[in-house]
Amino acid sequence: MISRAGIVDWALGIFEDLEFGAARAWLAEGPGRKACGYLPVYAPREVVHASGMLAVGIHGGGDRLEIIKGDAFYQSYICHLPRSVIELAQTGRLDFLSAMLFPSTCDVIRNLSGMWQVLYPDVYVRYLELPQVQDQATGGAFWEGELRLLLRELGRVSGRPADDASLAESIALYNTARGLIRELYRMRREAPWTVPTEELYLLMRAGEGVPVETFIEKARAYMSAVEAEPGQRKDRSRVIVVGAFCEQPPLGLIKTIERAGCYVVDDDFLLGNRFLDTDVSTDNDPVRALAGGFLRHAVSSSIMFEPDPEGKRNLMRQRVQAARADGVIFAAPSFCDPALLDRAMLRAGAEADGIPCIAFKYAENSAQFQQFREQAGTFADSMKLWGDS
Amino acid sequence: MATANKDRSMELQKQMIADHYKRLEAAPETGEPVVYTFVPGNLTELIRSFDALPLLPEINALQSGMRGKSGEFVVAAEKMGHSEDVCTYVKCDIGMAKSGNVGPTGTRLPKPDLLLLSYTGCYTFMKWFELLREEYKCPTVFLHVPYQGDGSLAPEHREYFVKQLKESVIPALEKVTGRKYDEERLRASLRLSAKSEDDLVAVLHSAKKKPSPIDAYFGAVYYVGPIFSAFRGTAEGSEYYRSLRAEVEERAAAGLGPVTPEGPLDDQKYRLVVEGPPNWTHFREFWKMFSDEKAVVVASTYTKVGGTYDFGFRHDPDDPLGTLADYCGGCYTNLNIPSRIDMLVKYIQEYEADGFLINSVKSCNSFSAGQLLMLREVEQRTGCPGAFIESDLVDPRYFSAANIRNRLESYLQMIDARRAERVR
Ligand code: SF4
Ligand code: SF4
Repeated sequence: MISRAGIVDWALGIFEDLEFGAARAWLAEGPGRKACGYLPVYAPREVVHASGMLAVGIHGGGDRLEIIKGDAFYQSYICHLPRSVIELAQTGRLDFLSAMLFPSTCDVIRNLSGMWQVLYPDVYVRYLELPQVQDQATGGAFWEGELRLLLRELGRVSGRPADDASLAESIALYNTARGLIRELYRMRREAPWTVPTEELYLLMRAGEGVPVETFIEKARAYMSAVEAEPGQRKDRSRVIVVGAFCEQPPLGLIKTIERAGCYVVDDDFLLGNRFLDTDVSTDNDPVRALAGGFLRHAVSSSIMFEPDPEGKRNLMRQRVQAARADGVIFAAPSFCDPALLDRAMLRAGAEADGIPCIAFKYAENSAQFQQFREQAGTFADSMKLWGDS
Repeated sequence: MATANKDRSMELQKQMIADHYKRLEAAPETGEPVVYTFVPGNLTELIRSFDALPLLPEINALQSGMRGKSGEFVVAAEKMGHSEDVCTYVKCDIGMAKSGNVGPTGTRLPKPDLLLLSYTGCYTFMKWFELLREEYKCPTVFLHVPYQGDGSLAPEHREYFVKQLKESVIPALEKVTGRKYDEERLRASLRLSAKSEDDLVAVLHSAKKKPSPIDAYFGAVYYVGPIFSAFRGTAEGSEYYRSLRAEVEERAAAGLGPVTPEGPLDDQKYRLVVEGPPNWTHFREFWKMFSDEKAVVVASTYTKVGGTYDFGFRHDPDDPLGTLADYCGGCYTNLNIPSRIDMLVKYIQEYEADGFLINSVKSCNSFSAGQLLMLREVEQRTGCPGAFIESDLVDPRYFSAANIRNRLESYLQMIDARRAERVR
């Protein structure tokens, strides 16, 4: 059996590799293989997989990439993610990608899709317009059409067009992956000392850069390792982290939150991997099922219109209750309009419900954690006090 | 006389706006339904066909900026917990609502009966109305306008749009106004729109003349005001554009330039194209920097956020709902970056510009993300170096007059040097 440390080391290796060695190795293993990148938050990876391509999450360069060229593309008041993505591309690190998908997360990612069209005319670029209308007849039909188009076009790029059977297989695989992720999140919620967020995050992050089959294997191995070496319970406050769905915080920040005395029991890091929160049916028409799966089960997030007028007000209470959390840490990237505008509504709702909150901003390359440590530490202590009183 | 005509169009516009705000103020008493909506992709004709009054929060924000009120509103919103990083239009609007909701003309603004959320070209709109919905507790109807990621509005996207109009937007308007959808009325209004659009395009195209009879950025933000806001498809809107066109044609025939706040600009030394919205808090000062240097703007992209009429689009009364899809889909910030670059290149070439300038505003990712690449590409394709300046829309803290003036002056000196080289 592989040890917990062995799996975490493997994941850390993938996470830190800005050359995307695992993806390149997969490409080298078979002639004519192709890879397709996607930006946060949600991309239908089943469609990429069914088209015979490797789906690779492009989440920026974190704190390990020096930005030399990227700053020439972005003003100082735009978040950090696109400049590090451009840096990766301009330094040739993304030259193994034959296609790039840009989901409708925000105006920055939307405009980046056009920049890609200009800068890399040989790469297949698709802007993915997620359906904001949530009824099946209108939004569902629209999204189904988008997925069919994507299937056709990726099939052309890969030279291995998908059919219903291959798409159903891919959906089944991703159902397995989603199921494992749900289980890992459940385990962390139930006994957070057994699944430290730092480890869970690395595993999730590695899952964005390797074939889904490999992720499934490693996730299962990790779960077995957790059973074998459950770790020690500590006296910490339980928090959920909200706002980090796109540009990812540096790993150091995640560690800081936990070391300051908090157990993260729910979060929205790498949210795309669990945007569909239940299995997608593999019976009948798989494209329709995938489209329907999105409409019925997409989680509440800042990138989708909230049709329920009370939705934003109630969301933190619901999530806190579901995770049995003591409080909320709003952690959003600087200059991130969707997260920061949402924060005002979410925080007001949380505070009206008496839920303790703190808020800060970060950039993926933030290097100083002292201030976060103090803030999170004081927060954890105060929650314990309130909890005891 | 040119001056008399100019006065007439200006007077007309002033009167139209004053009347509209008075009607809005009286709406709670008169019972006229009020629909809040946004500029890019607005459905003014449809709203008006239900006898509802449109109110556009962005216009309030920019007007507050021009009248020196926005700074305090933005700070008020930040004190309430809004981040200093986010779009200042939103904060200005929320700050205004929390400070008594007195609009730019000094009248009290009514609460919305409906928030018509169409987020053409910008996702921040979605958050904006989610926030306002909390404030006003009124119904919200969502219209999802797909982005032209591939450079055109796909037929399926058009279909999706029309379906939403039929299934949610029109029923929502019927419900809040108590009136039935009247397609004939909509057609009549769209006919008036198309006529105004012809007139506006004639005005915009007049800048091809030398000297240009208009300033297509600072001056044109006034010209597009009625068509971008509450007056497209109305009789008074139509009359405004008829007289504006007559006035501009007269000025062009007389070989005169535009009238700037500092007086006429007949002697024009530089013809520029501008990308990006203006700064509103120092609008006159900003314009003066240009007119002091005898620089006239001959084309701008900002004046296309509410419709790209100069590339041929006209509202079509024969396809009343489909034409609304084409209109919304084609608004400037709903175009992808390659199309935006093409547009700038065309402007520089067709308007024989000496240079182009990007005003990048901190607030607006929809405009600003990608502008540095646009600068580079346009420079490469036209051989014309561009200038890049930074400011904000309605947050006065981000307007540095000295920096902007220096940048503009050195840019114009560079144009002089290039001219001198060509003469040699
Ligand atoms: S961090 Fe926020 S603003 Fe930046 S790309 Fe992501 S969603 Fe957009
Ligand atoms: S981000 Fe830009 S387009 Fe969007 S609301 Fe703000 S100013 Fe308008």
